[in-house]
Amino acid sequence: MRNVWIIAKRDLGSFFNSPIFYVVTTVFLIIYSFIFFNILNFFSFQSLQAGQLQAMGMSLNLNEMVVEPSLQNMSVILLMIIPVITMRSFAEEKKTKTFRLLLSSPVPLREIVFGKFLACMIVVTVMVLISSYSIGFLFLLGEPELGPVITGYAGVVLMAGCYVSVGVFASSLTDNQIVAAVLTFGFSLFMWIIGWGAQAAGATTGKVLQFLSIADHMERFLKGIVDTSDLVYYLSFILLSLFLCNRVLDSNRWR
Amino acid sequence: MIEVESLTKFYGPRRAINNLSFQIERGEVVGFLGPNGAGKSTTMNILSCILPASSGTARIQGYDTFEHSIELRKIIGYLPETPPLYPDMSVFDYLIFAAQVRGLTGKHIKSAVEKVIEKCSLKDVSHRITGRLSKGYQQRVGLAQAMVHDPDILILDEPTIGLDPIQIIEIRKLIQELASTHTIILSSHILPEITQICQRVIIINEGEISAVDSLEGLTASMRKSERLSLTVRNPNDDIERKLNAVNEVISVVPGEENQFFIECALNSNLQDEFARLTLDNKWGLIEIKPISMTLEDVFLKLTIEEKDVVA
Repeated sequence: MRNVWIIAKRDLGSFFNSPIFYVVTTVFLIIYSFIFFNILNFFSFQSLQAGQLQAMGMSLNLNEMVVEPSLQNMSVILLMIIPVITMRSFAEEKKTKTFRLLLSSPVPLREIVFGKFLACMIVVTVMVLISSYSIGFLFLLGEPELGPVITGYAGVVLMAGCYVSVGVFASSLTDNQIVAAVLTFGFSLFMWIIGWGAQAAGATTGKVLQFLSIADHMERFLKGIVDTSDLVYYLSFILLSLFLCNRVLDSNRWR
Repeated sequence: MIEVESLTKFYGPRRAINNLSFQIERGEVVGFLGPNGAGKSTTMNILSCILPASSGTARIQGYDTFEHSIELRKIIGYLPETPPLYPDMSVFDYLIFAAQVRGLTGKHIKSAVEKVIEKCSLKDVSHRITGRLSKGYQQRVGLAQAMVHDPDILILDEPTIGLDPIQIIEIRKLIQELASTHTIILSSHILPEITQICQRVIIINEGEISAVDSLEGLTASMRKSERLSLTVRNPNDDIERKLNAVNEVISVVPGEENQFFIECALNSNLQDEFARLTLDNKWGLIEIKPISMTLEDVFLKLTIEEKDVVA
């Protein structure tokens, strides 16, 4: 565990010392804020209408109409931005030959992999936490329910964990950062939309595809439901990617 | 201390090293010598527990470099051919990281880093970014990184490559200082370097060991004849013929300014004979000296002979 933290700390240092973190966070926050503002605007317009047309009679829910779509949109932005964060993990170490230092150190490979994953995860979590200022506004102005907000954020972070683990894995495959980023984006997006194939496929295959979709498991988290099957899905997704990453790096030594 | 037995490594179908066997004792300074691509780095990578061998074993202090790699890495310091520097870190931070990752803890970290900064004379640059340092300083930081955890064994892959002559002398001096307390393996394709630092040379060519010996032993064993240089003041036309006529002389090659290179049979000790001849013929003796074979000659001879066999 000590080694994991040493590795992660060095990576974090290089994130915060380079412009990458600041550029990525700024872009992320601007896009997210713009989307959030529009969702909020739409919501206030709706509630105004609902106020005029008493006949509608239904109560508009802040969680359902603002928090949920905001987080859903956030997860799409993360899908596009996380490859940029993870692409350096191993690709850069291999390119600058610094990986030799880690390989010749008494640190098991899996701890190096975990360290890299942890560093990227911390960066992503910090970004997501900064973006939560928006929810703070909602609490100032209205009365959203806290529970679904927390589970929603947990879901976003878990899903980001899947992207990050894919990114770290992709980065171990190559010493070219752009290749790593493209692979990460491609595979993450594919896992995101894999559920769309459900309708065309047969009943059983359809169910499997639906279950494999990263996006599908988000739904319940956003509604405030923590289902163990979703948790198991995300955690096994992450562990499998990191395991593959470990195997790739290990097998590089044999070839 | 280090025992290597029939070590072989394949990269895909390409055989990088083939059936290497050698031993290194504690406290020795051993040089791997060979042309580029001969398998020096591969051997070093296996010894520093980075790569597993395809077959054969490498043991350090009785422990296998593959099975006990994590434990062994604690007593090995490794400097790859490119120093593994993170270009965005300061020298001090980098060495702290290297110390941590190499397993030092608590207050040992800082004292070890300070010691190594002192040893490698990095004090002036310790707060500069490693990416902006000159090649010489980068190499020194690389060396500092390899010895920060005070390892018993230092494995240095081409430690002086790409440095200017003054930097080479500095690094060489540093390695010589370390030699008293460490077992050092270094590789090079620069011959004088090996001659100056190492006690023993392992010549590797095309993945196989061509020779393992001390420098004196190597040059002695490679010598099939002795060479002398004779310089005289006023030679006459006869001199070559007369020298050639001496028993056991193989050939006489005139050099510049009345110098003659005489090749004669091993242990023939013909100096007296040449001196007598010179005095008798009134050539005017200036100098007779044996020409010892340089490592360069040995190296070329070994690697070229090898090629001839293959061809």
